[in-house]
Amino acid sequence: MKKIFRNILLPVMLIVNLQSLFAQDVDLLNLVEDKKPKKEYVDYAFKSPRVIMAHSLEMIHPGVLDFRILHRFGNVNRGLYEFFGLDQATMRIGLDYGVSKNFTIGVGRSTYKKELDGYLKYRLIHQAKGSGSMPFSLIAVAGSTMNMLKWEDPNRKNYYTSRLAYYYQLVIGRKFSEGFSFQVVPTMLHRNLVATTSDPHDLYAVGAGTRIKLTKRMSFNVDYFYVLNQNPALLLQNPLSVGFDIETGGHVFQFHVTNASGMNERAFLTETSNNWGKGDIQIGFNISRAFQIKKNKKK
Amino acid sequence: MKKLLLSATLLLFTAAGIFAQDKFFTKSGKIFFKCTKSSIEKIEATNKSTTCVLDTKTGNMQFAVLMKGFEFERALMQEHFNENYVESEKFPRGEFKGQITNNKEVNYSKDGSYPLKVKGSLTMHGVTKDVETTGTLTVKQGKLSTNAVFNIQLSDYNISIPSVVSDKISNTVNISVDCLLEPLAK
Repeated sequence: MKKIFRNILLPVMLIVNLQSLFAQDVDLLNLVEDKKPKKEYVDYAFKSPRVIMAHSLEMIHPGVLDFRILHRFGNVNRGLYEFFGLDQATMRIGLDYGVSKNFTIGVGRSTYKKELDGYLKYRLIHQAKGSGSMPFSLIAVAGSTMNMLKWEDPNRKNYYTSRLAYYYQLVIGRKFSEGFSFQVVPTMLHRNLVATTSDPHDLYAVGAGTRIKLTKRMSFNVDYFYVLNQNPALLLQNPLSVGFDIETGGHVFQFHVTNASGMNERAFLTETSNNWGKGDIQIGFNISRAFQIKKNKKK
Repeated sequence: MKKLLLSATLLLFTAAGIFAQDKFFTKSGKIFFKCTKSSIEKIEATNKSTTCVLDTKTGNMQFAVLMKGFEFERALMQEHFNENYVESEKFPRGEFKGQITNNKEVNYSKDGSYPLKVKGSLTMHGVTKDVETTGTLTVKQGKLSTNAVFNIQLSDYNISIPSVVSDKISNTVNISVDCLLEPLAK
C-alpha cells in the first residue's frame, strides 16, 4: 500500500497540483465559448430598399415607415433657358412599411400620368454566414400600377382594367464584401392595354444593380435594366441610372443622373425614350426619411 | 507513516482542487449602454447575450460581447450603430479582460453582498484601453450576481460623431453590466 502511494499516486498528485498552479493565465472565455461559428445574417447590402429605381436586396426594418420623395428634373441638355432641366420636375411620393423582417409593402403616387403604384416584397432567402450559411439573398416582388388620367376618349367603352399594369420580379443578389454588393433582377411586366398591336402585353427585362461603398456614409450606385422584347418601332432606350447615396442621420439622400423619367416599374421600363449618348439625361434625387412606428420590443 | 500522512494531505488538496467550484460563467449577461445627449432622442441599447467567466480563485474575469447583438428601440439607429459607428463587420467583438483587485475580501462560499474593485482592459472597435470601476457581487445559493457601471469616451475608441448629430450623441457612454453567474461544470 505504502509503495503504491509513493511510487505512483504521489507523482501523479504532484503533477496535478502543479498544473493547477500553472494554469492561472488561461483564456477563461475559451472554457465556455462555442468554437462553431453561429449563423449570422448578412444585412445592409444597400443603404436603401431601392438601388436607385429598382428594388434592392434591402427590406424595410419591421415597424418602420419609410417616407420617400423622388424627384426627376427635366433634361440637362435643354440648356440655361430651362436651367439645365431644373425648371421642370416630376415626382413620386411613396410610403413603404416593414410588416415583418422579411415582408415589406409600399404605395406611391407619381405626378407623371397621375399613376398610382403599390407592391408587395417578400424575402425568400436571406444571405447568411456561419453555420447554415447561404451565399445569396432572394427576394420576390409583385406590384401593380394604375394610371389615373381622364380617359382620352370618354365616348367609347372604356374598361377600368385598362388602367392597370402588373410586374413581377425576383431580386437575386449578394453582398460580396463591406464595399461591394451586386444584384440581378429578372422582371416580367404585363400591361392590360397597349397602344398598338405590335406592342407586347408581356414585357421581359433583366435588371442589374450594384453598390460600391466609398465611405461609411456614402456609396456609388448603378442601376440598369435591359428590356428583351421592346417594340423596336418605338425607339425606346434601356433605363440606366448612376448616383450616390449620402446618409445624414435619419435621412438618406440619393443623388443621381438617369435617362428614365418614370419612377415606377411600368413607366421606366416602357417609356424611357431619352438617350444617354445624346445627353438626354436628368438630374434626380430621392429623399428618404424613416419613422419608427412600432417600437422594437424591449426585452 | 509520516509519508502516508503527507500523501493523504496532498490527496486532499488535489481533491479540493478538482471538486471545489472556482469558475463561474454565463452566456446571457446583460450589457446596457446609453449615450443620449438631448431629451429628443434616446440613444440606448441592450445586449442580452454577453459571455462572462469569473475565476473566483484568482479574481480574473473576462467578458465578450457581439456588437451586432445590441438591440435598439429604433431599427435605423441599430443600423447606424453597426454600419457607421462600431463597424461591427470589421470589429465584431467587444472584450474585457481584467481582475477583481479586492478578490480576497469576497467570501464566495457565504451568501452576502460584497463591493468589488475591477481593473482591466476593454477592447472595442480595434482599440484597447484600460478601464477601472467598482461594482457589487452578490453570493446567493451558490450563484453569483455581479453588476457594475462605468463610463467610457467614444473618442478613446476612435469612434467619431459627425457634426450633424453631435447635439444628439454624447461622447461619454454610460455602460452597465449585469450578470448572473453559475458554476462552470467541467
